[in-house]
Amino acid sequence: MTLLITVFAAAICTGLWYRSEKAADMKIGVLCWMFWGASLMWLVDAIFEFAELKADYFTPAPMDMLNDAFLGLSVVALGLIVWVIVLLVKDPQGKVRAAVFKKTK
Amino acid sequence: MACFIVPAAEAVITTVASKILEAKEKNAVSAQPQGAHLETREKIPFSRKLKWLNAMLWGGVILLAFEHLWHGEIVPWFPFLTAATEGAEAVSEMLHEMMTVGVTMALLVTAVWGVIVAVVSAWEKRAARQADKAPQE
Repeated sequence: MTLLITVFAAAICTGLWYRSEKAADMKIGVLCWMFWGASLMWLVDAIFEFAELKADYFTPAPMDMLNDAFLGLSVVALGLIVWVIVLLVKDPQGKVRAAVFKKTK
Repeated sequence: MACFIVPAAEAVITTVASKILEAKEKNAVSAQPQGAHLETREKIPFSRKLKWLNAMLWGGVILLAFEHLWHGEIVPWFPFLTAATEGAEAVSEMLHEMMTVGVTMALLVTAVWGVIVAVVSAWEKRAARQADKAPQE
């Protein structure tokens, strides 16, 4: 479930990055790399787990599924927080710097 | 248990490597005669390509570290790895997981990055060939 949610997040971010000309200014690429990197790592985790559990891997207990879904959403939220921090620190449009200097004047 | 430590170690190495490469590339560009760098304007510096790998590795490591924290496999205090407090058998299991799952994670991310770099390099070569042909037509 965590893998699925992260893959969906990665695909949506990649679509946004491809579609929008402002995506580079918004640092959407950071989100794409981050979610694809995590998706690949969880894919490896899933393959090893599948090798161990075989078909049982696809029939998780409802509580485990709920926990994994909650974790997946939390992971996406953490990814978004990291992206916001990168966006504010790099400040590609200079809006943060403009706001700070306006206040100090 | 701590599989993300292997890609994290790789991320540290590639980050240092990209910083060193970036500095070398900047020096090389500033040493060129004025206007000479225009010949290579279509080529993406390797340090930038290495940054794509850094972003995938660090992104994956941050999110996987959170997952391990969620499952109680790592803790924010010494010795950080829960398995380290559970005896030799747990430590051995953790090392085994790092050697299998962790190494495969690092290899897969690097392989995917390698494919991306190969595709981009092919595009660069094609663009250079087209630019060479253009003045003759």
